[in-house]
Amino acid sequence: MGHPRQKVGEVLLEVSGVSLSFGGVKALHQVSFQARERELCAIIGPNGAGKSSLLNIVNGVYQPSAGTISFAGVQRKSMSPREAALGGIARTFQNIALFKGMSVLDNIMTGRDAKMHSSLLAQALYWGPAQREEMEHRCHVEKLIDFLQIEHVRKTPVGRLPYGLQKRVELARALAAEPRLLLLDEPMAGMNVEEKQDMCRFILDVNDEFGTTILLIEHDMAVVMDLADRVVVLDYGRKIADGTPEEVRRNPEVIAAYLGVPTEADREAVAEGAG
Amino acid sequence: MLYREAGQFKTSYRADQRIFPILQDRVVVGALLLVAFVAVPLWGSEYLVSALLIPWLILSLATLGLNILTGYAGQFSLGTAGFMAVGAFAAYGFQLRTPAVPLLLAFVLSGVCAAGVGAVFGLPSLRIKGMYLAVATLASQFFIEWLLTRVGWFTNYSSSGVINAQPMVIAGLAINTPPRRYLLVLAVVATLALAAKNLVRGRAGRAWMAVRDMDVAAEVIGIPMLRTKLSAFAVSSFYCGVAGALWVFAHVGSVDPQAFDLTRSLQVLTMVIIGGLGSVLGSFLGAGFIVLLPLFLPSVLSAVFGTALRPGLLPNIESFIFGALIIFFLIVEPQGLARLWQVTKEKLRLWPFPH
Ligand SMILES: Nc1ncnc2c1ncn2[C@@H]1O[C@H](COP(=O)(O)OP(=O)(O)O)[C@@H](O)[C@H]1O
Ligand SMILES: [Mg+2]
Repeated sequence: MGHPRQKVGEVLLEVSGVSLSFGGVKALHQVSFQARERELCAIIGPNGAGKSSLLNIVNGVYQPSAGTISFAGVQRKSMSPREAALGGIARTFQNIALFKGMSVLDNIMTGRDAKMHSSLLAQALYWGPAQREEMEHRCHVEKLIDFLQIEHVRKTPVGRLPYGLQKRVELARALAAEPRLLLLDEPMAGMNVEEKQDMCRFILDVNDEFGTTILLIEHDMAVVMDLADRVVVLDYGRKIADGTPEEVRRNPEVIAAYLGVPTEADREAVAEGAG
Repeated sequence: MLYREAGQFKTSYRADQRIFPILQDRVVVGALLLVAFVAVPLWGSEYLVSALLIPWLILSLATLGLNILTGYAGQFSLGTAGFMAVGAFAAYGFQLRTPAVPLLLAFVLSGVCAAGVGAVFGLPSLRIKGMYLAVATLASQFFIEWLLTRVGWFTNYSSSGVINAQPMVIAGLAINTPPRRYLLVLAVVATLALAAKNLVRGRAGRAWMAVRDMDVAAEVIGIPMLRTKLSAFAVSSFYCGVAGALWVFAHVGSVDPQAFDLTRSLQVLTMVIIGGLGSVLGSFLGAGFIVLLPLFLPSVLSAVFGTALRPGLLPNIESFIFGALIIFFLIVEPQGLARLWQVTKEKLRLWPFPH
């Protein structure tokens, strides 16, 4: 809480009227929201509300059946994940999607693939420019490894790491691309308290130091209230609220849908908000 | 205590990025190269050089080729021998029709021909995976064999379909003795193995492995699926093509297209699996195992059984033991000889302190 609001800039991402269905299931229905430059925006909602689907649409894994996305001023209805990546969108997955057979270092280095250009022949000979390119990117990746405090496991195959560290490596891989927009799908799910605190700190640091705009899906309300500049609430594929954490917490619809039966404290909060 | 990296601190990423970061490894590899390049040609027997080392090195190259595709990029293929055939017949064609092209360049060009064919037959990999892809590459195997047999141009209209490799000459020097042929093969294989190592530890290798391990995540990162898969097919087929060319020119001297049939493809696939998927060293170990074992087994068997066995029985027992050994290996160490070697090295590193 208490992040300076003036940090936020122009609109970077605008999702308008997006719908998506799988067979008969309407995963998303007419969802619209905006994320501004340097904003840390949380998306919350019960399981199956369509949060992951929304991220998948933003970076081109799913194509919406209606609606448009505009990113950095360019509007489009659909694009490939690769186009999204080249445009500056990086992400992590709800179920870790690391390259299991590769070391931590190699996993993170893949994040810089789109920024590397030497030809196959140059790589095979590993001469001048190819070697220099590899070193340059290695330096950048090492800074991230420092930043996320995973120096001790750099050469370990990711499959052997504990869950919490794998999540961190996945964040590092996403950051390696130096994204303008970072999509984090439940980065703290399944972590213990200490790991969660670390991850929170990393996310805030990324937002502050690199100025990265972040869309964050998270279940832990305390975390969301703490981190987010703004909260978007989904329920059954519809957006039911959108505002500062304070506003959202007082929203009666959110309380009914997301928090279940309102508690005494919530009733008071609603009464205050209404009054 | 000898095999230790203690005290060897890496002070730069360049040092850390070496192929052999540990000093002892570099010493051993240096000694091996010295033996291979100097001692063997000087003192190796003709049997050792012609019957063991040359076929082993050439098949290692083909195994390395398939390993790039299957072990690193995760794409199944049963078409290895077909791509070897393309290389073999292309090299023959270049020597026949463009004699001005130097031999080594002809080998490179035949590899390039195989790479092109491989990339075309790799196109289905964009849509299909695993077993289905294996079946698609099987089609390439049969198609290439059929084409080389049916279109006389490839064999220079030889009535039997057999091609005879032209005498090899490099810069005026005739490569006509076993030690010379061996040195040529060794030089080509060592160079290409180094190039493969450079590829797999760099950007290309990471992209291949990313596609192998999780293609959705690879795409989300921005790794181009088309280019990555086709480059794996092309590079892999290049290696197989050069191996095929060497097979004809430096080993057997004359072949027909049936020399590169499905059995050969399966043999190379076995070498990859025995050696270890996704390992350059493993490619050499796997090929060594399959090439050398059948040569040693008969003498071991006759030493054990003497003349107690009916002569006809021996080959049967041989193939039985051969099969049993392969199964044994796959159960004990499914990740192949390369992994076994790595585990041994790790133990050696700790020795004599178990923890
Ligand atoms: N690939 C898919 N195929 C079919 N249905 C899907 C798929 N992905 C999501 N869904 C459905 O869409 C709805 C929203 O899912 P999801 O976006 O994963 O929700 P959340 O991330 O909020 O838990 C769910 O009903 C889910 O079953
Ligand atoms: Mg989800």
